[in-house]
Amino acid sequence: MIPPHRRHGLWLAFFLHRLSGIALALFLPAHFLVLALALTDPAALDGFLHWAHQPVVRAAEMGLVFLLSVHLFGGLRLMALEWLPWSPRQKTLAALATAGSMFVALWFLLASAQAA
Amino acid sequence: MSDGIDNAAATDTLDVRVWRGDERGGDWHAYRVPAAANQTVLDVVTWIQRHREPNLAYRFACRVGVCGSCAMSVNGEPRWTCRTHVQDAARDGVLRIGPLRNLPLVRDLACDMAPFFDRWQEAGGRFVPSSDRHADIAAISPESPARRIADAAIQCINCAVCYAACDVVQWKPDYLGPAALNRAWSLVNDERDAGNKDRLRAVAGDAGCHNCHSQHNCTRYCPNQLDPGASIAGLKRTTMKAALKGQL
Repeated sequence: MIPPHRRHGLWLAFFLHRLSGIALALFLPAHFLVLALALTDPAALDGFLHWAHQPVVRAAEMGLVFLLSVHLFGGLRLMALEWLPWSPRQKTLAALATAGSMFVALWFLLASAQAA
Repeated sequence: MSDGIDNAAATDTLDVRVWRGDERGGDWHAYRVPAAANQTVLDVVTWIQRHREPNLAYRFACRVGVCGSCAMSVNGEPRWTCRTHVQDAARDGVLRIGPLRNLPLVRDLACDMAPFFDRWQEAGGRFVPSSDRHADIAAISPESPARRIADAAIQCINCAVCYAACDVVQWKPDYLGPAALNRAWSLVNDERDAGNKDRLRAVAGDAGCHNCHSQHNCTRYCPNQLDPGASIAGLKRTTMKAALKGQL
């Protein structure tokens, strides 16, 4: 059971940032090992890339992108929180403006990709 | 002296569990306490001490949210009990009242506050005068930016609610904690103070402000609605600038 003092957004943001950071730290050595196969064993790399086309690995890649995204934006959030001497209201407005901009930009990107 | 409960008006009872014991161990004890309108958690504890458990150890003084001595854990959350109404704190009709987290226990609901106040000293929480008593009174505009920042952090009542709420204090017991760092931030912005060189060195150390993970439990629970999380962020910025200038 989650203790009451941890049931709020900023604690959850900390937890997601920490969790995504640990998961990425575990992923990166494996990532570099696979990349190194290009030099040491190209045939094994081709085999791995073929294996990686399975739907379940594709789904896992989505999870990886999610982790990257969470960690990236969590880091930006933390830097804004700690490095900008703004009032909480100013920071909320800035976060809303950034989220709105991201939404519009992503919508434009997806619409363009569909048209192409 | 009234114990805060009008027994004649009481029509119902509260289900109250109080933690009793010391550092060696203890257990939750159950009590039925008469319910009343506008009843605070401190009223409930006082009723139990006066009517059921004369040797129940707890701490209070002013009963009006000024002295900061009555903080306890209420249903797992740190609270100033004299200003916490039972109806706001009860969960499913039950009140579980225990000692604050992150502090050594004296007995029952009374914690040893010494480590908490030691952190204030370690963080440079003592005012260092820049002039003596013969000098004129310093003219500080209440509207000056530095004074506004100092004023925003100054109303701390030393209740240790933020210290008990902080997970970093739990994980790293020598961490200075939100209250001491908030006090240091107030003094960093006090134009009359001359102790910033040592103070910034203290708060930038291994146990200092850079341990904070910005979970902001302190800000969430501060009963005086201060923002120790913002104070700690201010110290992070100031110590980083000082480090870049080679002043630490």
